[in-house]
Amino acid sequence: MLAAVKPDLAVEAGPKPGAAVVQLPRARRRPRRHPAFAGKVAASVLPPVIVLLLVLAVWQALCSDPASLFPGPLSIWEQSRELIVDPFFNRGGVDKGLFWHVSSSLSRVALGFGLAALAGVLLGVLVGASVWAHRALDPVFQVLRTVPPLAWLPISLALFREAHPSALFVIFITSMWPIVINTAVGIRNLPQDYLNVGRVLRLSHAEMFFKIMLPAATPYIFTGLRIGIGMSWLAIVASEMLLGGVGIGFFIWDQYNASRISDIVVALIWVGLVGYALDRFVALLGRFASRGTAAS
Amino acid sequence: MSGYLSIEDVSVSFQRAGVVSDVLKSISLAIGQGEYVSIIGHSGCGKSTLLNVAAGLVAPVSGGVILDRKEVAGPGPERAVVFQNHSLLPWLSCYDNVKLAVDKVFGGTKSKTERHDWVMHNLQLVQMAHAAAKRPGEVSGGMKQRIGIARALAMEPKVLLLDEPFGALDALTRASLQDAVAEIHARVGCTVLMITHDVDEAVYLSDRIVMMTNGPSASIGEILDVQLPRPRSRAMIADEPRFNHYRLRVLDFLHTRHAARAA
Repeated sequence: MLAAVKPDLAVEAGPKPGAAVVQLPRARRRPRRHPAFAGKVAASVLPPVIVLLLVLAVWQALCSDPASLFPGPLSIWEQSRELIVDPFFNRGGVDKGLFWHVSSSLSRVALGFGLAALAGVLLGVLVGASVWAHRALDPVFQVLRTVPPLAWLPISLALFREAHPSALFVIFITSMWPIVINTAVGIRNLPQDYLNVGRVLRLSHAEMFFKIMLPAATPYIFTGLRIGIGMSWLAIVASEMLLGGVGIGFFIWDQYNASRISDIVVALIWVGLVGYALDRFVALLGRFASRGTAAS
Repeated sequence: MSGYLSIEDVSVSFQRAGVVSDVLKSISLAIGQGEYVSIIGHSGCGKSTLLNVAAGLVAPVSGGVILDRKEVAGPGPERAVVFQNHSLLPWLSCYDNVKLAVDKVFGGTKSKTERHDWVMHNLQLVQMAHAAAKRPGEVSGGMKQRIGIARALAMEPKVLLLDEPFGALDALTRASLQDAVAEIHARVGCTVLMITHDVDEAVYLSDRIVMMTNGPSASIGEILDVQLPRPRSRAMIADEPRFNHYRLRVLDFLHTRHAARAA
């Protein structure tokens, strides 16, 4: 509060005539340890990298014995070098790089999950909007959603008699339930205020649905889609193991039968990374679709 | 009894788990065109229910509401509501929130550029044109309420219904919003029905103050004519003995004659 300083005091504050003004060394500004951005990157990248290196080191130490039944990281690198370095080779049949296996699994997921998303959102809206549909269908959904993916496989084989549509059906039926249930929750939890806004504006039923209900439920729908895409990735790998053909699940089973454990480890890493990428992809899509109101 | 907006012998009761509770009992109130009427009462006295009846969001058990010689049946944009918690759609920008209302109400009568101009005009009226592109989540509570007011005004309503519009705001923001509403009321000349529990706010803004008795079966206890000249300013009312007189009348009603039962 400069204004509060009394005028007579303010005059005295200057150096008195005759008094020597001693120059003190100016305080040097302390250099910042690191730029803020680099610090943030290091803070989020360093911990997982350090843990990863530690895990690899422990793993290598545990499996370095030549008699060990399980390969360590170094022997995996030696044995599966071609698989790691070149994911794109194609020698016909099932002797292909991992990229081709993953992409054929992904195309099955895209189709099966796409159908599940469509059916799941439609069913979810029905169950969320209608009290009677909810009473009638919700118990059925709650039971069916706990059936594990592979339990559907015999039924789907009996229905379709072919590997490809059976795999699609297994993906469809496992990933649909979380989408249905979350969509229904989103529609049911619609704030009454939003509905009142629509009623005051006299929106038609279609406008109410597309302009109020669907956007309000979008964050819930994408929560369901995220859980669903994770489950469909679980289902495809498991069902391909039994069905055969080109695909990452079958590749893993095939390498097990050929006792190539190191190839399986490489394939597992691919499965994990692709599953993570799928999850991030749907989360980003959700953030875009809900225009920033959904958490990702 | 007749008025521009008249609430005639309205009773409301709700039924929950087989128990019928009477909320409002034969309320009649006539409001003239351009009049600013506040309804004040303790919480739970059913004043919001009365506003919802006028809005058409709640159907009365008996009685009815007549606006401009037509009976109210269901909600509509000629009775625009400013909700207590603003109720902006969070996925739309402030501009699009107002635009949604303008497109719906004037879709058939105004051209695209006219509608854009009308949205911007109403945003300017509440001094929010600068935040048009922002999402409701990115602006303050007071700004959200301003957008809510702009959305209601943009419907060009016959009556503006304000449901405790400043209740959730801090004192300073509330004062500036009250001034904004007073100025808009003077400029646009709209009829306003406002719910409030703030005595100063009611006296400062209103032409008449309707005081409600405690529920259940709440009714109108007293109506106070506020004969202060307009435009009013805070400096003016601070020095105005009649302002204090009106305040005391309302306070006396609320705290002496119809004190809230222990909560």
